Amino acid sequence: MVHQYQNNGYQIALDVDSGSVHLVDDLVSAIISELGRDLSLSDEEMVGKLSARFEKEEILEALSEVRSLISARQLFSEDIYKNAVLDFKARKTVVKALCLHIAHDCNLACRYCFAGEGEYHGRRALMSFEVGKKALDFLVRNSGNRKNLEVDFFGGEPLLNFQVVKDLVQYGRALEKGHDKHFRFTITTNGVLLNDEIMDFCNREMDNVVLSLDGRKEVHDRMRPFPNGSGSYDLIVPKFQKFASERKALGLQYYLRGTFTHYNLDFAKDVLSFADLGFDQLSMEPVVAPKEADYAIREEDLPEIFEQYDLLAREMIRREKEGRGFTFFHFMIDLTGGPCVYKRLSGCGSGSEYLAVTPWGDLYPCHQFVGNEAFLLGDVEKGIRRTDLVDSFKACNVYARKECRECFARYFCSGGCAANSYNFHQRLTDVYEIGCELERKRVECAIMLKAALAEEEPEK
Amino acid sequence: MKHIKTLASRSLQESLKKGGCGECQTSCQSACKTSCTVGNQTCEKSRK
Repeated sequence: MVHQYQNNGYQIALDVDSGSVHLVDDLVSAIISELGRDLSLSDEEMVGKLSARFEKEEILEALSEVRSLISARQLFSEDIYKNAVLDFKARKTVVKALCLHIAHDCNLACRYCFAGEGEYHGRRALMSFEVGKKALDFLVRNSGNRKNLEVDFFGGEPLLNFQVVKDLVQYGRALEKGHDKHFRFTITTNGVLLNDEIMDFCNREMDNVVLSLDGRKEVHDRMRPFPNGSGSYDLIVPKFQKFASERKALGLQYYLRGTFTHYNLDFAKDVLSFADLGFDQLSMEPVVAPKEADYAIREEDLPEIFEQYDLLAREMIRREKEGRGFTFFHFMIDLTGGPCVYKRLSGCGSGSEYLAVTPWGDLYPCHQFVGNEAFLLGDVEKGIRRTDLVDSFKACNVYARKECRECFARYFCSGGCAANSYNFHQRLTDVYEIGCELERKRVECAIMLKAALAEEEPEK
Repeated sequence: MKHIKTLASRSLQESLKKGGCGECQTSCQSACKTSCTVGNQTCEKSRK
């Protein structure tokens, strides 16, 4: 399968199943289109089809180039992965990551919160140190030979329970030595309670911090107010700037992460507002909301959103050339390395390798399923009880979704998000169509960015 | 080549032979938490 498209003046051919990317002219593009319909076309037949638009010699020359790439399995390569990936999915898995819901409580009242303003549609609660310890013990016990274990302190707002975060990091570090493990801790915060002590601690202990900001002041304050309705932007931006600049100086990762909604479809301005504030590791996610929500992304919003991604990509190229570039999570793509094909096709790992833990120690397939009792898997003390549910999640992969078979982006999204599938279609192995449209557009922009920036590099 | 400039000549087929160690990060532990993106993740072997 070859996916062809034009973007920002580049004509791009992505060989979907090998991952090769080619910049082509109009003639090659026409040849690839014809071969896409009938790969067995002879030279004479191809000349017959294109001779009204191109010279015969040119057609044969270009066709020869195309055929050499087909021979090298860089065009029209085949998907030979299905059996290997299904075997891979069926293997005995270990738990390698936990999302610890350290606080089901929040000091903001974000309008789009999937956690119901931090409570996950349940009661307000903070995780105790005892429950957290059992969660880390559960992770170590169920992680097999895997050395690196990931733990995200999530909420609600985890800084509402910061003492337990600190105690659990200390406990985790003590566990590392005896079990030949290494914890990679991360924390996601709205920034309200950030102070110097917390930043210092995170700079010592957290592999990554995710800082929630939605963009321009009016956009952020509309969706992320305090419970009394007042805006949170002015309080948190200076703290995030300090935090990000410290982490940058230390060579540490952070993400400034926003959510855009129907109310700020011009979200490229919000991403650029981050860059203008000095941030350089950026992410902006489309809100995932019930169709009836006033702020939900709708199908008719897609053309404008696509334009915004194009605009953002072009501006990123300009700023990169001016020496003030930044990274944007969804445009980060590694065309020559990156994950292996098993990872690319086998889904996100929710429900088997990645689990969420509630403040009282219940296990769910991921943070987005927390609060839905039908997906309660077990608890950190007794372990997994619903192995049937784990098996259902293990069966989530690209080959389980018929829509993915014809989609060029399947090696980049791994079949999409099971929670989104369930929320929109009450099945784990369906797709969330708007999410798919956005993913495809982002992949196209990401590849175009690579093409544009490659032109700047000196010829080898 | 005159008509084609190859930007990346990758072979995902090769990673079928060498990959599958399972040491990589789970997808949602990064910045997203509401989608599924794997194309931008790093292979754990390449971090060593």
